[in-house]
Amino acid sequence: MAAGVAAWLPFARAAAIGWMPVANCPMPLAPADKNKRQDELIILNVSGRRFQTWRTTLERYPDTLLGSTEKEFFFNEDTKEYFFDRDPEVFRCVLNFYRTGKLHYPRYECISAYDDELAFYGILPEIIGDCCYEEYKDRKRENAERLMDDNDSENNQESLPSLSFRQTMWRAFENPHTSTLALVFYYVTGFFIAVSVITNVVETVPCGTVPGNKELPCGERYAVAFFCLDTACVMIFTVEYLLRLFAAPSRYRFIRSVMSIIDVVAIMPYYIGLVMTNNEDVSGAFVTLRVFRVFRIFKFSRHSQGLRILGYTLKSCASELGFLLFSLTMAIIIFATVMFYAEKGSSASKFTSIPASFWYTIVTMTTLGYGDMVPKTIAGKIFGSICSLSGVLVIALPVPVIVSNFSRIYHQNQRADKRRAQKKARLARIRVAKTGSSNAYLHSKRNGLLNEALELTGSPEDEHLTKTTSLIESQHHHLLHCLEKTTGLSYLVDDPLLSVRTSTIKNHEFIDEQMFEQNCMESSMQNYPSTRSPSLSSHPGLTTSCCSRRSKKTTHLPNSNLPATRLRSMQELSTIHIQGSEQPSLTTSRSSLNLKADDGLRPNCKGSQITTAIISIPTPPALTPEGESRPPPSSPGSTTNIPPIGSNIVKVSAL
Amino acid sequence: MSGCRKRCKREILKFAQYLLRLLTGSLHPDSVEDEMEMATVRHRPEALELLEAQSKFTKKELQILYRGFKNECPSGVVNEETFKEIYSQFFPQGDSTTYAHFLFNAFDTDHNGSVSFEDFVMGLSILLRGTVQEKLNWAFNLYDINKDGYITKEEMLDIMKAIYDMMGKCTYPVLKEDAPRQHVETFFQKMDKNKDGVVTIDEFIESCQKDENIMRSMQLFENVI
Repeated sequence: MAAGVAAWLPFARAAAIGWMPVANCPMPLAPADKNKRQDELIILNVSGRRFQTWRTTLERYPDTLLGSTEKEFFFNEDTKEYFFDRDPEVFRCVLNFYRTGKLHYPRYECISAYDDELAFYGILPEIIGDCCYEEYKDRKRENAERLMDDNDSENNQESLPSLSFRQTMWRAFENPHTSTLALVFYYVTGFFIAVSVITNVVETVPCGTVPGNKELPCGERYAVAFFCLDTACVMIFTVEYLLRLFAAPSRYRFIRSVMSIIDVVAIMPYYIGLVMTNNEDVSGAFVTLRVFRVFRIFKFSRHSQGLRILGYTLKSCASELGFLLFSLTMAIIIFATVMFYAEKGSSASKFTSIPASFWYTIVTMTTLGYGDMVPKTIAGKIFGSICSLSGVLVIALPVPVIVSNFSRIYHQNQRADKRRAQKKARLARIRVAKTGSSNAYLHSKRNGLLNEALELTGSPEDEHLTKTTSLIESQHHHLLHCLEKTTGLSYLVDDPLLSVRTSTIKNHEFIDEQMFEQNCMESSMQNYPSTRSPSLSSHPGLTTSCCSRRSKKTTHLPNSNLPATRLRSMQELSTIHIQGSEQPSLTTSRSSLNLKADDGLRPNCKGSQITTAIISIPTPPALTPEGESRPPPSSPGSTTNIPPIGSNIVKVSAL
Repeated sequence: MSGCRKRCKREILKFAQYLLRLLTGSLHPDSVEDEMEMATVRHRPEALELLEAQSKFTKKELQILYRGFKNECPSGVVNEETFKEIYSQFFPQGDSTTYAHFLFNAFDTDHNGSVSFEDFVMGLSILLRGTVQEKLNWAFNLYDINKDGYITKEEMLDIMKAIYDMMGKCTYPVLKEDAPRQHVETFFQKMDKNKDGVVTIDEFIESCQKDENIMRSMQLFENVI
């Protein structure tokens, strides 16, 4: 029921009194209006813009946010209004929907923003009025195609960890840029397609005469050479086809696909020619089969995106093409008939029958005008001129549709390519941001630990070190921290090449359970950094609060206690660096520098902080979530006794 | 003969005009403009105080009524088409156009083809706030299609058929062909006291007042507004 009509319901109910005298049985009871409120004005504050409407207006659509009790969640007691932190422009359309019953789509609005707002207010986009529905659907389709492109390119660039040989081969075939081998294969097949097509063409060129005979085409003169070339090409094509068939994820679907059919058609003639003997009667058929060799040129469509677009356009304009064909046929028949009867009178007329006139009509309508058939009578000439004028019209009509389709699809493809390039840059930026935030987390964690340590030690010097993080940030960091605690793992910092302004603190106990158990054995006086890579860990001081029994755990020398697998790939330098009462250097230029304030472990040494500097060199990819290998970092300035990079020596200086 | 010639001349003139327009490309002038003139009909209702005095509604109720009325009919009057449209929205299954036609005539007290807000309010005032007498009067008026003071069997049959039409085809039990007629017979048996084949207003009111069901159902819609 439309919105406005709901206002007439009282009237319809009142009019029902007209049935009462006629009715034979008693009427049911009327529903009681329990909480009959007087209609009141509701204030809807959307990002500061105040909209006011009657309560009953909103209640017309009880299954939306504004019409149901869901809006009570947004009620602001102090100002007695409903506050929504959303876009006021789109809200205007939403409110108009309640008022008029018609939902409009403003053209200047972004389609996904609009969809989001509609979803928020619980309104289905299908009820958009007819006036705006087309525009909405068009924009939505465009957007969906764009997203699909994005997804496709995303899928192509995902580096799946484990692809079977078959899958890698298929990927190599579909996207030649995945590996050099694929690229080579791509170019080789392209080259051979070109060679094959050129061979076919050159075969028929007459080159030289055999004395006494007619001119021979090159194909017969150098039959053996051409045969060898043909064989080589067909070999390559056959191998390629078989490989594709093997690698295809769904062989049945592959066989049915257009490209595979083209492949088969391209190589079949050769094999049929091999099989067939040189009979006179079948050689005619065999010659026609050779025509199919020209289909090899369609194999180029794998290599050319433009060709694919053209093919896709033609497919999507099938109805327009069909209409063009149909209207042309109609016009041809009409004009051919007319011309035949008009020219019937004249002598020696070329228009011998209506089908013969078809040729004239086609040539005239497409404005070719060969001149081999020309009307001689006056009537014939009149109708001939009408025919040529209308020909232009009939052909010109569907062409713009096809062209606009092609242009749309082509531009989409261009956009897709551009987006792919932009996406790479965007992903890089996102990575930087992510590491930045995780480093911020680590940094703040370290600072948080320092703060706690400071509280224990009572030294006020380092208070200014703590970066003031926003409340949201600190809560986020706390969350990450809790996750670390829960899982017993810790966060790794990303690519050390990215300049990171934080220093990382290593958490010795969060390596994994194995190491942890090994740690349990050792004394607390020596803190050996552990783990394979610059991982952040909570300050041991902090751990005293959560897991007090761990505070005494020590790390062990990674090189000595690590399982062999790790040892192989890890080279780690660790140094324990004792600093005086100066603050530890907060910022390092390398992410792999780990500083650790160890107050919790050394309650006796107040006023001094032990920092552990660890430089890790490439970590095994399996152990790091990012899967990146890190080049060896250079030595930071704060630690002086760090051995030269690249050495496998673990240097531990006792406290 | 001269009439034929005149007609011929007229036709030729029209054809010549058509050719001229064909050649100059102005064959289809905007025909939308004609419709615009109809929409400029506006009607403003009487002042609120006046309506309040005339009807039995309070000011607030009148405001609510007018808002709903104006929303659906911005021009201020309801013509029969719009009325039928609105009414059919409440009965999606059946065909309520016939009954809506009768209803429209009942509301359109001055019979000018359109229901203004005053008519609307007066009608509703009777139906919702009137005495039983007034309501029955109104119902009689509804049934009396030609407004001659008598309800004949044909009029009643029309009304009955219109009511049954509103139900639509998919009913249970399936509507029988002669059900409206039967219903009319029952009605007349009840109402027609002197068995003269027509029901007058007095017979109608008297019979209804005797019937408890009808009396009770008249009070049904008191709280609609």
